Amino acid sequence: MRTKYDAIVIGAGHNGLTNGAYLAKAGLNVLMLEQNDYIGGASVSLDMYKDWTYSNCSYVCSLLRPEVYRSLDLAKYGLQVVPYGGSVTLAENGDYIGNYVDPDVTRREIARHSHRDADASVRFDRDIMRQCRLIRKLLLRTPPDPTSFKPRDLSELLYMGKELMDLGEDVIYDTLRFYTMSISDFLDEYFESPLLKGSYAGSGIIGSALGVMSPGTAYILLHHAMGDVDGSMGAWGFARGGMGAVARAMNDCFTDHGGTTITGEGVAQIIVKKGKISGVAMKDGSEYYSDVVVSNMTFPRTFLECMDAGDLKPGFLKKVRNFKIRGSSGKVNIALDGLPDFVALRGNEQMIYGDMHLIDSIARLERAYDDWKNGTWSQDPYIDMLIPSLTDPTMAPPGKHFMSVFVQYVPPKIRGKDWTDEQVTQFGQTVIDQIEKYAPGFKDLILHMEVRTPRELDNDIGLTEGNIFHGELTLDQLAFNRPIPGYAQYRGPVKGLYMCGSSNPPGGGVMAAPGANAAREILRDLRKPNTVPEGWLDD
Amino acid sequence: MRTVNITNADHHKTAVYPSPFHSRQEQHNQLKEWSRWSDYLSVPAYWCESLEYFSGRNTCGVFDITPMVKHLVTGPDALPYLNRLMTRDVSKLKPGRVGYSVWCNDNGQVIDDGTIFHLREGIYRVCSQEHQIDWFLTSATGFDVNIVEDTHDVAGLALQGPTSCAVLREMGLADVESLTPFGLDYFDFEGVELMVSRTGFTGDLGYELWIDPDHAELLWDRLFEAGSTRGIRAMGSDALEMLRIEAGFILAGVEFLPAMEAVRPTHTRSPFELGLGWLVSFDKGVFNGRKALLEEKKNGSRYHLVKLDIDGNKPAKDAFVFTRNGKYAGTVTSAMWSPSAKASIALASLEAPHGEPGEELEVEIYYQRELRWSRVMEPCRVVRDVFWNPPRRRQTPPADF
Amino acid sequence: MINSDKIVIIGGGHNGLVCAAYLAKAGRNVTVLEAADQVGGAAATREFAPGFRASVAHLLYLLDKDISKDLALDSHGLKMAKSGLKTIALAESGDHITISTRRLSGANLSTEDKAAYREYRRFMRKFAGVISGLHNKIPPRITSERSDMIALGKMALKVRMLGRNDMRELLRIGAINIYDVLQENFDNPLLKGALSLDAVLGTNSGPRSNNSVFTALHRTSGNTRGAAGQLSLPNGGVGAVTQAMAAAAREYGAETHTGSPVDKILMDGDTIRGVQLSGGEQIAASVVISNADPKTTMMNLLGAQHLEAGVARKFHNIRASGNAAKLHLALDKLPDFKGVSPTQLGHRLVIASDMEYVERAFNHSKYGEFSTHPVAEITIPSIHDETLAPDGKHVLSAIVQYAPRNLGTGWSEGKAAFTDAVLETLSAYAPGIRENVIATELLTPEDIENEFRMAGGHWHHGELSLDQFLMLRPVPGSAQYETPVEGLYLCGAGCHPGGGVMGSAGRNAATVVLAQ
Repeated sequence: MRTKYDAIVIGAGHNGLTNGAYLAKAGLNVLMLEQNDYIGGASVSLDMYKDWTYSNCSYVCSLLRPEVYRSLDLAKYGLQVVPYGGSVTLAENGDYIGNYVDPDVTRREIARHSHRDADASVRFDRDIMRQCRLIRKLLLRTPPDPTSFKPRDLSELLYMGKELMDLGEDVIYDTLRFYTMSISDFLDEYFESPLLKGSYAGSGIIGSALGVMSPGTAYILLHHAMGDVDGSMGAWGFARGGMGAVARAMNDCFTDHGGTTITGEGVAQIIVKKGKISGVAMKDGSEYYSDVVVSNMTFPRTFLECMDAGDLKPGFLKKVRNFKIRGSSGKVNIALDGLPDFVALRGNEQMIYGDMHLIDSIARLERAYDDWKNGTWSQDPYIDMLIPSLTDPTMAPPGKHFMSVFVQYVPPKIRGKDWTDEQVTQFGQTVIDQIEKYAPGFKDLILHMEVRTPRELDNDIGLTEGNIFHGELTLDQLAFNRPIPGYAQYRGPVKGLYMCGSSNPPGGGVMAAPGANAAREILRDLRKPNTVPEGWLDD
Repeated sequence: MRTVNITNADHHKTAVYPSPFHSRQEQHNQLKEWSRWSDYLSVPAYWCESLEYFSGRNTCGVFDITPMVKHLVTGPDALPYLNRLMTRDVSKLKPGRVGYSVWCNDNGQVIDDGTIFHLREGIYRVCSQEHQIDWFLTSATGFDVNIVEDTHDVAGLALQGPTSCAVLREMGLADVESLTPFGLDYFDFEGVELMVSRTGFTGDLGYELWIDPDHAELLWDRLFEAGSTRGIRAMGSDALEMLRIEAGFILAGVEFLPAMEAVRPTHTRSPFELGLGWLVSFDKGVFNGRKALLEEKKNGSRYHLVKLDIDGNKPAKDAFVFTRNGKYAGTVTSAMWSPSAKASIALASLEAPHGEPGEELEVEIYYQRELRWSRVMEPCRVVRDVFWNPPRRRQTPPADF
Repeated sequence: MINSDKIVIIGGGHNGLVCAAYLAKAGRNVTVLEAADQVGGAAATREFAPGFRASVAHLLYLLDKDISKDLALDSHGLKMAKSGLKTIALAESGDHITISTRRLSGANLSTEDKAAYREYRRFMRKFAGVISGLHNKIPPRITSERSDMIALGKMALKVRMLGRNDMRELLRIGAINIYDVLQENFDNPLLKGALSLDAVLGTNSGPRSNNSVFTALHRTSGNTRGAAGQLSLPNGGVGAVTQAMAAAAREYGAETHTGSPVDKILMDGDTIRGVQLSGGEQIAASVVISNADPKTTMMNLLGAQHLEAGVARKFHNIRASGNAAKLHLALDKLPDFKGVSPTQLGHRLVIASDMEYVERAFNHSKYGEFSTHPVAEITIPSIHDETLAPDGKHVLSAIVQYAPRNLGTGWSEGKAAFTDAVLETLSAYAPGIRENVIATELLTPEDIENEFRMAGGHWHHGELSLDQFLMLRPVPGSAQYETPVEGLYLCGAGCHPGGGVMGSAGRNAATVVLAQ
């Protein structure tokens, strides 16, 4: 007979760990179960090759809620987030557009491509920031159910209504349009330079199975702009030691408050008895007991793979199956013998320290999406790459480098069929060839390479179909619609079952908000003191 | 010389550029401190803020205004275009005249303020604090007009103070004394055209000189030669800041938040709220912000920008303003001890209905003496007139000193 | 001295005529100025080849029933040649599917799909009801004004009245794409292709584009002759509708002048003074209502210089770029569509073999190319209406997509090639149709822009999309048929509730003008 726990969290990704840490802080006896031998899920650092450390999946940090960082004492537990300077977008014709840390330099850089755009970017930044301010207020709140008449839902709806009305008529209209426009149309209202538009448009599709011309993609840009590093909105940084450092600090906080983490044991099934949760059965046949089970797995994985269909209503299962969780991106992690030589950046090496994008127009991005629709990876892919080892000395030996390459679009299946090993290799080759075009000799620097298509993301860390956000960030799956209408308050369809992963509002990214929000709801149901902080106001 | 070429891909190698006057500024800059103004290096103080301030009130001071954003507006519709853009009636601005104006968005909120130079019949220069080309071009739809930003093609120096006219005459600018306030004229300077306007940011007698950047250094040299017997001195931005507060001039980003940058839309100000209602001309037809400003005129403004005369001697920097019975009334935007008025003065943004001249208020001032902080509630009053407004500012021809 | 009570309406399209009729009925002095030689705009029946007539708008499905009644269109000559048209989803094999508003029939249909179709119709009709409830309403602004709050509250209440499950479903699918919704509900590819076509006709979207559920709902939000989603062919083409509207307007006392293209809206300071025709003639009026599209009205006829720059930018930014072309064929006999019986031929035929086919057709247009394998909505109205073609001969009228307004090669070069692509596609379903063709007219968006003076040749006068709907249509702040210029109103499809021969925009504009 094993111990009965106050709560069991399935999946030691950043949201599971956040959730467990807040429950443990409230005095609960919490068990964290992780199928892999390592914690972190998609917030992970692994030593793949000699003295190199890879951020295998997520690779930069900005969205992590500062309230969580602070209240879980992540700094004390060793987390350091170091900002990196700027970004650059490289065009096929050898030109580029840089985004520098200095606003005057950035303005002149844009002016180099369009004088008018340089000034319009003030208006653009202002309008994006207005949207950021609105959404940041909602991240650490549980979405109301708009069909409910419960006082809590009504008052939350009123709160949202008031926040919206406070924007004033013009900004309300801007907001309505912003949420329903494509990033391409949205950018057309500000800019004329194709390169500048291309550089912004990437943020509208990262992690999404939509094209830049699809309505709804303007919002996704916001999802990448609403974070900050030390109050610098929209800035991104590296977690020192790779993204696994985020999970490690969270896990240290969790265990420090009495939590138990078990790795290398996969959950086979969530056990329901008499319509209530009673624990989990492991793949090795053992069982753990608790009245509260919190799933940090994706929405489909929780219900389609880890629950008995007999415990769920068919209508609910149909909705789970219809949940849109389409892989659209891949990741290539590379150990380099030296720094790549980007022709366009000769004489401007500072740009290599930041984000580097390979794209130069809206049309090119859209064509990359057409390939995805046709069931293949983009032959001319959009690439977002970084060399963290330039900033973080722990990632690679001196003079050597680790390069993180995010690639879009990459489908979950190739023309309806599972990826073959050969296709994975071909995909890796497409990516290397793409980079080689901008940095001749790049191939020769490669010492080791890890290629992750949606297949690997699904198989290794359980991202269903390889979707990095645990589900598309479209309006049908946002806020009170996420994951599905009626289940946006972190509670599953069975008593005692909770959901804390990125399939839940406010969605994906290493944000820790779903984990924190779910903890607040659980503690509320258990009538325990709330350990989850409120969002900081007016940031 | 020309120092900024924005089409150069290597521009990033330095975040900020020397101004066309840089070599001369460097000679005068004994403090070796530099600050940034837009694309250029600027000097906060060359040697002593106080001495530089008094050059502007007693002799004359030279301040580099090259970084100011400049636009050239030409084409058959230049006038109707400017009239739609500006709150002011630009048709009243004759060639050879300069006008101060603000421009607003459709909500009647100030985007920026600046000066319009009617250079020659139908040819205008608009100077602004912030970059404006996106809004200026947006406003140009439907007009046959050509607008270019030519900031880096024109070098500018402000020569401000009682002896400034005499210095210019000494430099050989014949008949410069006949320029009336807000007038401009062209002079030959070593074979190139020098434009001189009787304008400035100090509320005193003063001129601004505009020239091709390639002749900037020579202009500086000739000016200092001509002024050597009339107390000419290079002036930094700290001194200018004192001069402009005494003169009651507003500054973008200080007295008001430019509407294009306002993430919080209610934090902006209308011309009326800045005390600039006199710049709004409703009877000239459509202009940006007209509808909203008409509404505001009917329904009243939210704020009043006022001048405060504060008891005591402690500058009221960043202070809150209260009524005499302790209710919040607003905040100070700019404050200083005025060496010329010998008073603690401030500009403050008060919530309506506060701000009528003569209203008695209090400011909450935090100050320290030898690291010990104190707080004092100083009585103050709203005054109508600016703190420094000598007759010589308007006198034509000006006296020699 | 201006004629202080005169109202001029620019453009005698259906909305202009409806607006004129309501105003005249209320006793106002109204004059409609139409550029073409007959009223109707794109909803006029015109001869495209000797003896052959067709209207650009070729089906009636949105015409508001209250408007038909108020203006007594029936007694002004409007008759239906055929109502209750079914949709035949053509298959190259000849195994087509017949889709009516209630049921499906045809080859390869599973019972699940048939059952799912009933449910699909149920909720789509219910959700479309939310939209149709808004057709004859002036969109509220989002302010804390009492009247706006009440109107917004009523809209919210209407959504709540759907019931919890349907409300959730509407909030979920309302802003997404038809592709996903059809994937959730159906298996048969041809069925999904045909249903997805309804979502993308006349828009710049493919089935996978978000907002296409909304456009599908909008298309079915009509209540023509009291029946939801009903498709009809008027006797004499859709031009008969506008003729009846014009007759009604004239009977109420409105004047209609054809051949009178307005060149300019005249201002006197802040006030509307009238309009100037392209011949130079000036017509004084204190109120001008424009049935022209908002962009043309504000940027060209009025001129941006009469607007404040922010609102001018909004009008400038209206997305109005047509992506649909119109094909008219004069045929020497009835064409032979594989597997389609002569009676079926009189219904609405669609070419959209599956959603991927439609999406691929759309892909081209994103890059300024026309579809090499176009989709089409086809009618042969002459089957029901002998006035349209000489004896024994026929007219085929088809909307063909995608044909972007700004074709990379330019339409003067591309038109022949696109016409050929369309005929090639038609031939796959109706082999030998080329031999029957006596005359061909293909109207590209460029042609539609030039002939009917619609910006971008877009039949909705501006993309119909959630970011350009209700209080956001045509632009935020000017969605109540008034413009920033006092005395100048908009009454066309560019306003709420958009295009299609509905008439509501014209009627709503009249309501606003009468309330002043």
